[in-house]
Amino acid sequence: SWTRPPRARRNAPRRDEEPSWLRFEGRRGPNGGRAREAVKPSTMDNPSTPSAFMKPLPEVPATPPAKLTLNFYVPHNIEFDGAEVDQVQVPATSGDMGVLPGHVPTVVQMRPGVVAVTLNDKEVQKYFVSSGFAFVHADSTTDICAVEAVPVEQLDAEAVKKGLADYQAKLVNAKDDYEKASAQIGIEVCGAMNSALGN
Amino acid sequence: MASNGFQRTSALLRTLRNSNVTSAPVTFTPSGTRSVSLQIVQQRMKSVGNIQKITAAMKMVAASRLKGAQTRMEKSRGLVVPLIRMLGDLPGIVTDTTMVVPVSSDKGLCGGINTTVVKYSKVVAGLEPKTTMTIVGEKARAQLGKGNSDKVNGTIVDLSKIPMTFATASMVADTILAEGAQKHQIVFNKFQSVISFRPTVATVYSSDEYEKAAEAGQIKFDEYEMEGPERSEFLLDLAEFNMGVVMYNALLENSTSELGSRMQSMENSTKNAKDMLGKLTLLYNRTRQASITTELIEIISGASALEAKK
Repeated sequence: SWTRPPRARRNAPRRDEEPSWLRFEGRRGPNGGRAREAVKPSTMDNPSTPSAFMKPLPEVPATPPAKLTLNFYVPHNIEFDGAEVDQVQVPATSGDMGVLPGHVPTVVQMRPGVVAVTLNDKEVQKYFVSSGFAFVHADSTTDICAVEAVPVEQLDAEAVKKGLADYQAKLVNAKDDYEKASAQIGIEVCGAMNSALGN
Repeated sequence: MASNGFQRTSALLRTLRNSNVTSAPVTFTPSGTRSVSLQIVQQRMKSVGNIQKITAAMKMVAASRLKGAQTRMEKSRGLVVPLIRMLGDLPGIVTDTTMVVPVSSDKGLCGGINTTVVKYSKVVAGLEPKTTMTIVGEKARAQLGKGNSDKVNGTIVDLSKIPMTFATASMVADTILAEGAQKHQIVFNKFQSVISFRPTVATVYSSDEYEKAAEAGQIKFDEYEMEGPERSEFLLDLAEFNMGVVMYNALLENSTSELGSRMQSMENSTKNAKDMLGKLTLLYNRTRQASITTELIEIISGASALEAKK
């Protein structure tokens, strides 16, 4: 009569079927027996990196395109994302700068000032930015990265004047370098807001 | 007939007692204590019912918070792209000092996302010879504090108790940059959908490393004209800004992933509690009916025994 072979333990691999990567390398373990210190393949997937989630970059066109592609980002909002505009004016630390399609690739550090976006011939949208960076790429894509940006219409003239006076008083009463520096920053920003409002 | 009745009832009693086999883990109850096992089952039903209500409420809370968190997270994703385009995403540059920043949640009951981040942080920290860690979030601190306490520089907890703004993220970035490592690798869960979260490693270098990379041509910084300060100061500002932006995005992505994962795990808990409650209800009814039937049979058999005697 047929007898069943002895039932093996469920998870133990049979000797002749052991995968090659599990073969030990002959090292002696602490008990004198041969230790199974092989390296098993990992079960973890590779982690992603942020560039894996980016859209692929467009090719650099041979001739400058008709319109500028504008990306205007602040940490808490996306003002423009791939919008086609005519022109952008950017307040660089070395002076105001206008960007047209076909502009030479530039990295710009911005001072507190007004970014003016010319959407088409008629519409100009102005944003007051607290500072940040602007990158103009070879394919006429402009990335404006600001820490804070508000439409100029939302600035309150009275509050700006009051803020300017406050910071000027703080500068006079400043005790150490930190307070002096923060007061100077406040004066610079409020002054720029004032001139943005046309005063 | 009376004796027949007695025999019949005793046979019935015997078969009833033999067939009263339940699948529930009710241990041996001696006769005369039938009401106690009913009480035990009732207590279990009450506690499982409470658990079901609590987990359902937690799921509702997480779901209501998820929408707002997801909107803010999607808006924060915009600023990451231009900085990657400018400064590159190069996790492989070998540096002398590396800091790993695992980003995790403060509260628990959110599924496996914190364990995932800790696992990947350990692997990433093992890739370089000299690594330190700054841990963000209570859960990663609990898991990493035991084995790797020599590597941990500091911990930042209770970020969920204050509103997450760019200013808060900049403070966190300042704390991390103050340690002075040349390479920072931030490990977090990127939110893809309510049920799917991808472990992601973002890399931010110090400005010296970015200068070296620009000179080596690994990032295309030198191809651009510069309007502003000279290159080393520019790269210093960019590196600090990059760190702030990456931390802000990582914190928002991780907290949105936490909410999604909590929704999922509370949904599973509620379903399991509901199934368990169903099984316990059946058990309760069976136990109750069996005890009633047993009592009835004893009464009837006693009565027919008395009649038989007459």
